[in-house]
Amino acid sequence: MIVKPISYNDINVNKMLEIRNLHKSYPIGDSSLHVLKGINLTVEDGEMVAIMGSSGSGKSTLLNIIGMLDEADSGEYILDGLPIKNLTEKKAALYRNKFLGFIFQSFNLINYKTALENVALPLYYQGMSRKERQELAMFHLGKVGLTEWSHHLPKELSGGQKQRVAIARALAANPKLLLADEPTGALDSGTSYEIMKFIQDLNDEGKTILMVTHEEDIANMCKRIVRLRDGVIMEDTKITQVRAQQYV
Amino acid sequence: MFDLDLWREIFQSINKNRVRSLLSGFTVSFAILLFVILFGIANGLKNTFKEAFGNDALNRVFVNSGRTVSASEGLQAGRRIQFKNEDYNFIKDEFQDKVEFITGQINKNVNASFRNEKNNYNVRAIHPDHQFIENTEIKEGRFINQNDLNNTTKVVVIGRLVEEDLFLQTKALGKYINLSGIPYKIVGVFADDGGDSEERLIYMPITTAQRVYGNNDDIDQITLTYNPELNYDQALAFSNLLTSKLKDRFSVSATDQRAIRVHNLATEAKRVNIFNLALTSIILIIGLGTLIAGVVGISNIMIFIVKERTKEIGIRKALGASPRSIVSIILIECIIVTTIAGYVGLLIGFGVLKLSGPGLAAYMIKDPYVSTSLVISATITLILAGAIAGYFPAKRASNIKPIVAIRNE
Ligand SMILES: Nc1ncnc2c1ncn2[C@@H]1O[C@H](COP(=O)(O)OP(=O)(O)OP(=O)(O)O)[C@@H](O)[C@H]1O
Ligand SMILES: [Mg+2]
Repeated sequence: MIVKPISYNDINVNKMLEIRNLHKSYPIGDSSLHVLKGINLTVEDGEMVAIMGSSGSGKSTLLNIIGMLDEADSGEYILDGLPIKNLTEKKAALYRNKFLGFIFQSFNLINYKTALENVALPLYYQGMSRKERQELAMFHLGKVGLTEWSHHLPKELSGGQKQRVAIARALAANPKLLLADEPTGALDSGTSYEIMKFIQDLNDEGKTILMVTHEEDIANMCKRIVRLRDGVIMEDTKITQVRAQQYV
Repeated sequence: MFDLDLWREIFQSINKNRVRSLLSGFTVSFAILLFVILFGIANGLKNTFKEAFGNDALNRVFVNSGRTVSASEGLQAGRRIQFKNEDYNFIKDEFQDKVEFITGQINKNVNASFRNEKNNYNVRAIHPDHQFIENTEIKEGRFINQNDLNNTTKVVVIGRLVEEDLFLQTKALGKYINLSGIPYKIVGVFADDGGDSEERLIYMPITTAQRVYGNNDDIDQITLTYNPELNYDQALAFSNLLTSKLKDRFSVSATDQRAIRVHNLATEAKRVNIFNLALTSIILIIGLGTLIAGVVGISNIMIFIVKERTKEIGIRKALGASPRSIVSIILIECIIVTTIAGYVGLLIGFGVLKLSGPGLAAYMIKDPYVSTSLVISATITLILAGAIAGYFPAKRASNIKPIVAIRNE
């Protein structure tokens, strides 16, 4: 397959991200495991994309690279017009902070901080004043319905509540792109739909969302499904979104 | 720049991770505590040793006389050698450049009384130099001076305890004390850290004693200090020469060990110095040892802390923390914990020394103490070591890919 290199004239302001011929392999002992074998993907502003594929197909790897938590071996990745390549750690930190929101399957809340403090943390790294931070964090906790739980530690919250705190935290910094790696993977279906409702609401407000999921019903609540197999995109289809509201 | 938020973050982390903070603090406290106690004990030993020698000059030479053991130059054995004023003058003139201070001495036991108080004391009749040889500390008035000797005045300088015994609560200075029936004017009161017996002495001009107790010019003993610039070998050579000159002067056989006895403290002084050197080395080794143990401890803890916090570091990075903020949060936390813990160790250490000090006296440890500045330097060393030891793992952790850090369990 011949891949045309991206020229900067091509960059459409509406493109949230563009990936060309992306490769990634992990060293395993002496050999290496080639996980991503030339991924090409373009996501427009405001899309809601589900990434699917069998276990070990490289979904998380791809999402982590998009989220700048990991680096590709080769290929191009352009995020909102900015080529992501050889960035200094300082610059990368700035982009993670301002551009990207991350939701993990295992929540990844800081265990000794309260829900409110966890949500306020990205704002701290934005240099916002303490008062503003707390107000904004409180606002986002309110949006996910956790006002009452703001002063609880993660260990005092249920899985669904923890994930809602994580969503509030991902949203607090007002990122352009929200990345979620199996956000409902650790939750029962009822709670999963609740979480999906929040995510759909966010998408309705204009946020671009990429999420990895195993579950077809969750994927169907997105607007586009990308399927990975053997390190390449095997299928990429737009679908009609199923609203989560009706299941809540 | 004072960043209130940064400090809040750090204090929260210290406070919420109490076990971790306490464990790392404990190591530092313990190291400093050990440092203070061991150092204190070593210093206490040193004090005991110092005290054993009092504050008397260590460059002293004692000259005593006795009976001859062997006949010589036609004189019989068993002859008694008696020093006179002229012998005192002879030494003074002959060894002008070697002798620093010199005094003759006559000892007498007297019944002393003031009003209704009576007691038995030793009188030491001496030359004015005696004050510098014994390091007598004048509390009130003055010591015996040359004028007293020239005029054979009936004056005395009494020890602090004599004043306490006889004068009760009143001042002795200027009053007259009765010594075996003769009144003497008290011109001075002295203190001496050589112990109680030293403070129950009465000093008198040597000429006065000579006139009162026999109307002669006998001297029982001559004590002198040699020029402190003489080294050990020179000091020994000096006392050997002094011995042979005195033996010649009294026609005593060169092999006679009894008739003229010259005892030079230089030999002891040398031993004292060697012991002091050994003690100082031990103290240094103890100090360095504890510090190294502390440094190793704090380094391990820092590595452990960074490892434990790796996941948190990954999360913070995913949320946009710069590597610098990660390093500073870890380092400042380490410095705060070490500082507080070091201070606690220092306080406990000082407390232990203070409480156990009196009890330790029985084990040859007197006034165990450590200078605050030394302990503070030790603490600062630990803080710096902790900061350096923490910096590298923190730096490494701040630079690993966030996803690798987050996956770390
Ligand atoms: N850090 C790593 N070192 C070595 N191999 C890795 C590493 N991370 C992932 N892999 C391997 O790469 C492959 C893809 O992993 P990835 O986590 O992207 O899969 P996934 O599609 O998200 O799977 P799942 O659905 O189980 O989460 C897997 O075979 C995995 O074992
Ligand atoms: Mg995965």
